[in-house]
Amino acid sequence: MNQWKNFSKGFIRENAVFTLFLGLCPTLGVTTTAINGLGMGLATTFVLVMSNIVVSLIKNQIPDKVRIPAFIVIIATFVTVVELVMKAYVPSLFDALGLFIPLIVVNCLVLGRAEAFASKNNLLSSVMDGLGMGLGFAMALVALGAVREVLGSGSVFGLSFLEGDGMLLFVLPPGAFIALGYLIVLANKLKEKTA
Amino acid sequence: MEYVLIIIAAVFVSNIVLNQFLGICPFIGVSNKVDTALGMTGAVTFVMVIATLFTYLIFKYILVPLDLTYLRTITFILVIASLVQMVEIMLKKISPPLYQALGIFLPLITTNCAVLGVAVLAVQQDFNLLGSVVFAIGNAIGFGLALVAFSGIREQLDMLNVPKPMKGVPIAFIVAGLMALAFMGFTGIV
Repeated sequence: MNQWKNFSKGFIRENAVFTLFLGLCPTLGVTTTAINGLGMGLATTFVLVMSNIVVSLIKNQIPDKVRIPAFIVIIATFVTVVELVMKAYVPSLFDALGLFIPLIVVNCLVLGRAEAFASKNNLLSSVMDGLGMGLGFAMALVALGAVREVLGSGSVFGLSFLEGDGMLLFVLPPGAFIALGYLIVLANKLKEKTA
Repeated sequence: MEYVLIIIAAVFVSNIVLNQFLGICPFIGVSNKVDTALGMTGAVTFVMVIATLFTYLIFKYILVPLDLTYLRTITFILVIASLVQMVEIMLKKISPPLYQALGIFLPLITTNCAVLGVAVLAVQQDFNLLGSVVFAIGNAIGFGLALVAFSGIREQLDMLNVPKPMKGVPIAFIVAGLMALAFMGFTGIV
């Protein structure tokens, strides 16, 4: 029951994007389509889960003073793994995400979970926390990507349902800000109802 | 002339915050007041320029000759983290007033993706050493311009009557979107 809580809090109550406002750079940067959002979300989830596992396993060995640099090295290692694997197996996604793959290192969400959760909890809780937060993040990215793709190019997951062009604005940078702003309004409204 | 173009491109045309989406966390987080925005800009400028200089040299003269470019991400983030730490210690000794002004912002900068982003972009775009430094300066100015202008708008925004679910961050995003729209007017001038 407790583990379910660790897992599920990442979706709405403590959603990284809509509630905590963490990891906003990749959220805005890669969500021109839902597919890109999904790719970024899953890559971040992988890094988050793996770094949570390692951090929670060696938390007692890391001296308190150097814990942040130690966490960063652990995270950077897994980011490099993701970078190399993506380059080898899904080069098109690698090109689309571009700069934002190495930037997973400085995604405050990953470091934040390592510091605030994995360094204080046991292995299973940390895995569940990483999975929940990561998938919640992925969900937010897919939602934003889908909204921008529908409005901007009239398609979802690459399946086009409109003739001609959509509203170009939503593919361009300003549309990312505006779409995310309204999605947060929507999330606030939902939270108000459930609370 | 080439360097002037690099600066104009970095400040206006592909503004790091409004066009490249780097450094959004401080852009939203510390833009409540113009004063703090200025402090953050100072600290970021400082670290961004030094970090780009160091990472460029390390990449070009250590990683490339040894064929270790896949270690780029790890190396860069370590360099930035230790630089931030070093700058903090040195500033404390050399210039206490400057440390007072920038102090609280320095630790935040390690996880500011703008710094790592600019360092990675600089080596990706094959600038020479001077070009990389100019590129970093341009991006720092662009970051500062966006942040300070945005914080000015947000100070006004606080006094307005905004619908409750839109208060705070959501309306800030929509305003940022409109700002980004305005900056798109610069497209094509370089």
